[in-house]
Amino acid sequence: MTYATKPQIVKLETGIPGFDLISEGGLPENRTTLVAGTAGSAKTVFACQFLAEGILKHNQAGVFVTFEEAPADMRKNMLGFHWDIAEWEQNGQWQFVDGTPEPGRDTTNSGSYDLGALLVRIEHAVRKVNAKRVSLDSLGAVFNQLHDSATVRRELFRIACCLREMGVTSILTAERSSEYGEISRHGIEEFVADNVITLRNVLDEEKRRRTMEILKFRGTSHQKGEYPFTILPGSGIFGLPLSGIELKQHSSNVRTSSGIAELDKMCGGGFFRDSILLVSGATGTGKTLTVTHFIAGGAARGERSLLFAFEESREQLMRNALGWGIDFDQMEREGKLRVVCQYPEVASVEDHLVRMQRIIDEFRPNRIAVDSLSALERVSSLKGFREFVIGLTSCIKHLEVAGLFTSTTSSLMGGTSITEAHISTITDSIILLRYVEMFGEMRRGLTVLKMRGSMHDKDIREFTIDHTGMHIGKPFRNVGGILAGTPVQLVPDDIKRIGTMFDTKE
Amino acid sequence: METHMLRLFITGKTARSQAAIQNLSEVCETYLAGRYELEIIDLLEDPEIAEIEKILQTPTLIKIYPAPTRRIIGDLSNREQLLAGLDLYGSSFAAGTEGQS
Repeated sequence: MTYATKPQIVKLETGIPGFDLISEGGLPENRTTLVAGTAGSAKTVFACQFLAEGILKHNQAGVFVTFEEAPADMRKNMLGFHWDIAEWEQNGQWQFVDGTPEPGRDTTNSGSYDLGALLVRIEHAVRKVNAKRVSLDSLGAVFNQLHDSATVRRELFRIACCLREMGVTSILTAERSSEYGEISRHGIEEFVADNVITLRNVLDEEKRRRTMEILKFRGTSHQKGEYPFTILPGSGIFGLPLSGIELKQHSSNVRTSSGIAELDKMCGGGFFRDSILLVSGATGTGKTLTVTHFIAGGAARGERSLLFAFEESREQLMRNALGWGIDFDQMEREGKLRVVCQYPEVASVEDHLVRMQRIIDEFRPNRIAVDSLSALERVSSLKGFREFVIGLTSCIKHLEVAGLFTSTTSSLMGGTSITEAHISTITDSIILLRYVEMFGEMRRGLTVLKMRGSMHDKDIREFTIDHTGMHIGKPFRNVGGILAGTPVQLVPDDIKRIGTMFDTKE
Repeated sequence: METHMLRLFITGKTARSQAAIQNLSEVCETYLAGRYELEIIDLLEDPEIAEIEKILQTPTLIKIYPAPTRRIIGDLSNREQLLAGLDLYGSSFAAGTEGQS
C-alpha cells in the first residue's frame, strides 16, 4: 500500500464561510477541536454555527451542550443569525443538553464524584437525533461550576474519548485570559490538544479586529497565521481567507476602453479587460471624472458597471456626472449601472469587503469602480486595510472584470498615499493625475506610470475639464519636476544642455 | 417526625456508586430508621431523567422532603457534609452545636 492509499485524516466540511478554506477542508472528522478565545471573541457563535451549518448545508443533526447560556436565551439570541433552533429541535435536528447552573439550587458536596451523568446525557442526546456534530460551550463555565479542577480535567478527558468513540466531530470552547498568551485558562489543551483554534478580538489602533487562527491540527495540514473574520447579522461568522485565494486567474489580451479615447491611445489601445487600474491624484484633479468616463465607456459598449462610492452621496454623483454630460440616472434605469454609496465609517473594512463581495456576486458587473479606496484607510488599521485591498483585488481578478480604484494623495503637488504603497504592486496599471503650477496658474497633468504587458505613452500630458468631461492635450514640454511636486520651467539653454548630457558622441 | 424522601442517582455499578449506596444506607439506618424512603435510579437505564433533573455529576443524592430540596454530590464518604445536607447534623451532636448558634 502506498502512502496515498493509506487511510488519512478525513475532514468534515463545517460550512462556516471562509473557515473551510483556511482549514483546507474543515475540522478533522471524528475528533475534538478546542476553540479558545477571550470573552467576546465569538466562541459561542462559532460553536453554534458549527451545528447550524451542519443542519442547513449538510443535513447533519447536532447536539449542543451548554454550560453558560441557557437554552431559552440561545434560542432567542441566535434568531439574529436566522438560526431557528426551536424549529430544528422540533424537527429532531438539534438537541440541547442543559448544563447551566440553576440559580438558587442548594448543593453540598460529600466525597468524590464523576461526570457520568453528563456523559450519559450527551450519549443519549447524540443517539436521539443521530448527531454527527457536538458542541460543548464552554469549559470555563464547567470549572467555575464544579470547583474541583482535577476531577473536571479527568472527566473532560473521558468525555473527549467517548465523543470520539461515538463517531461525532466535536468542538469544545474554552476561555483565554489574554489574546496572546497561554492557550486556555485551565490547561485544557493538554488533553484535547489534537486540534486547537484560537479566536481573537484584538483592539488595534482603537478598532476591533476579529481574527481566527488554526494553531494546530494533529496529523493534517491547514493554512497558517491569523485570518480576519467578521460577524454578519443574518448569517454569522464570515472568514476572509486571503491567502486561500489562488493567483490562478487567466489573463486576456482583449482591450477595453477607458471611456476617454486619448487615454486609450496613451495606454497603447485601451486597458486590458481583466486588469486593475489605480488612478491617483490630489483632491479635485479629476479622479471621480475618470471614474465617470470609465462607467460611461462601459455603458457605450453595453457593459454593466458597479460603482462603490465612499466620498460622495448618490445625488452629488448624479449631479456631477450630469455636469459632464453623462446621465447616471438613466444608466441605472437601464440596468447598466449600480451606484452603491456608503460612508466608510458605517462599518469595519472587513464588513465593507464582505458587503462589496456580496453586491458584486449579485450584480455580476463587467466593470467595477471604487471611489475612493483611500477613504477606507481612515476606518481601519494599516494591516486591516492591506488585507482589505488584497481581498478586494483578488475577488475582482477572480471574476476577470475590469476594476478601477481611485486614491487620494495627501499633498496637492506630487506625493503618494498609503493606498498606493499597498496596492501598486497588485494593480496592472497606474495613472497619475497631478496639479502643475505654471506662471501662477494651476493646470492639470496626466501620465500613465505603469501599464503591465503593454507599451504606453511616457509623456506627462496636460488635460482640461469642461462640461463634456476630460480632454487630454499636448505633453508638458520645457517643464520638469512635475511628479516631485516642484514644477520647474526650463529655459531653452537648459534643455539643450540636458539634451547633450547623455550624448556619448560628443 | 416526618418521613425523609430521598433519591440517589448513579451511573452503573461503579465503585463510586456502591460506596454512595453503602454510605447512605448506613446513615439512614442510624438516624432515620423506618422514617425514610430511598429510591435509587441508574441513569444508564433511564437517561431521560438525567436531562429532566439536569444532573451533571454522579452520584447525586436529592433530598426531596423535608424542604428545602437539596442536592448532595459525591460518594457521600464525608459523613458530616452528608448529615448537614440531610438536616441531620443536630441529631448527631445533639446538645453541643445547637446550643452554640
